Amino acid sequence: MSSVVSAAAPPRRSFWSAAWAFVRRHVLTAYSILFFIYLLLPIGVVIVFSFNNPVGRFNYTWQGFTWNNWRYWDGVPGIRDSIVLSLEIALIASLVATALGVLIALALVRYGFRGRGTTNLLIFLPLSTPEIVLGASLLTLFLNLNVAFGFWTILIAHIMFCISFAVVTVKARLIGFDRHLEEAAMDLGANEWTTFRKVTLPLIAPAILASLLLCFAISIDDFVVTYFNAGSQVTFPLFVWGAARVGTPPQVNVIGTAIFVIALAAMLFSILIQTRRGRSATA
Amino acid sequence: MGFLHRHKGLTPYLLLAPGVLWLGAFFLVPLGYLAYQSLQTGSLDVGYAFTWAWGNYWDAINNYSSYFIRSLEYAGIATLLTLLLSYPVAYWIAFRGGRWKNLFLLAIVAPFFVTYLIRTLAWETILADHGFVANTLRTLHLLGQNGRLLATALAVVCGITYNFLPFMALPLYVSLEQIDKRLIEAAQDLYASHFNAFLRVTLPLSLPGVVAGTLLTFIPAAGDFINAQLLGSPNNQMIGNVIQAKFIQVSDYPAAAAMSFVLMGGILIAVLIYARAVGTEQLTGSAAV
Repeated sequence: MSSVVSAAAPPRRSFWSAAWAFVRRHVLTAYSILFFIYLLLPIGVVIVFSFNNPVGRFNYTWQGFTWNNWRYWDGVPGIRDSIVLSLEIALIASLVATALGVLIALALVRYGFRGRGTTNLLIFLPLSTPEIVLGASLLTLFLNLNVAFGFWTILIAHIMFCISFAVVTVKARLIGFDRHLEEAAMDLGANEWTTFRKVTLPLIAPAILASLLLCFAISIDDFVVTYFNAGSQVTFPLFVWGAARVGTPPQVNVIGTAIFVIALAAMLFSILIQTRRGRSATA
Repeated sequence: MGFLHRHKGLTPYLLLAPGVLWLGAFFLVPLGYLAYQSLQTGSLDVGYAFTWAWGNYWDAINNYSSYFIRSLEYAGIATLLTLLLSYPVAYWIAFRGGRWKNLFLLAIVAPFFVTYLIRTLAWETILADHGFVANTLRTLHLLGQNGRLLATALAVVCGITYNFLPFMALPLYVSLEQIDKRLIEAAQDLYASHFNAFLRVTLPLSLPGVVAGTLLTFIPAAGDFINAQLLGSPNNQMIGNVIQAKFIQVSDYPAAAAMSFVLMGGILIAVLIYARAVGTEQLTGSAAV
């Protein structure tokens, strides 16, 4: 029945106009596929070359498959210490920056006060300053105050550039927050601290998790600011920088792949939690 | 708690204090020190003295103008490339993404999960002299027999483009996603062609995303030195390379500090010119997002 109607209905179209319609319909999809190949190609290269069995110092051309780089992932002097340092810094920096960021976001969204605009500007400025200037200015501060470079200078720097990201992430969640829920808790006799602990905190928990993940990722990836303020300490990106000058060992690709896989899993987990929560909130 | 009840006006300041003090001490004060350092004279051996040495700025501009211009040029071209490359994809995800939207967005930010230096080194592998891409281009005679991809301006610009692509694609996606689809339908009901509806409705409504993406890409790109270091030759060095070398290898702090401020000034001028071209309300609108 329907086939009879559709066979009779459309005007006869030439092959070329049908082809043109097909191209117009799918050109954007085809382009997007190419775009994603381009975007993911270097990641593929990193993963593939983590299994390479290089001849000599340079890991540029494919020589043969081996598990050895993964089995002896810390077989290069210094790589293990650099990873441990990066993890320590990223963990502490993301916790401290997120705590400070939550407090600032609460003040900015919840209260009208003198200096609100200035505070917003202060949060925005580090995000719009080139990293090299952030790193260089901290370097001159520490030099002028005769501070010894090392763990603490790296940590101070990382917390500094993570705060703005934490504030922006948590603020976005607080703005879409139903304040009646808190008022209801207070009406039912809860004091401010109990209300914060039992109502506010659980509701902004996804934003806190997102902020922790974001700060951790930014911290562990940072090269420029760390390069200026590390002294003789070596984080993982600094290790890669040093290795790149004399020939990168395949173990660098192994760690790069591991970080990629873990970050991807954390991201998927975070998305899963948010969609679950979204669903239960609407249900 | 009792104290807070009596002084309710204090609460926001107490909440702000730790974070704002941190930013003040380790962002604003260091900028002040950098400014102070930039007006000093002397050397590492004899020490530095503050002498209102404005000549440092003059020297920075005079001796390194080609580096400043190259930085703004590379960053500008790379920003334009990220815009052209990612707009169609952001559009495709926003309007045709369907239930897989989140997955596509995850793919867009996936490069960020690989350490910045490692993904730049991956481009070094891809563009290498005897790599697959260079060999293919030579076979097709698109590249001379001794032609190189690595250690060229093209490689540096490509590296910057790739590394900052998500900064452009995400704001574009957000602004396209927010567009009320009924506005586009209304334009088509009023006999606008697909192309005209895009040009008159979709494109103007996505401008805040274009502006935000441009700033997020251009500012860090202008100060970058990693791509120029790993993918370029000495002829492709950007001002970031000079600042980095002056600070860390040569210890010529006043000159390096002056260059940092000239770089920020150059970026500010570029952003202001851009703001005039697209309209200031777009700029402040994107800053508020």
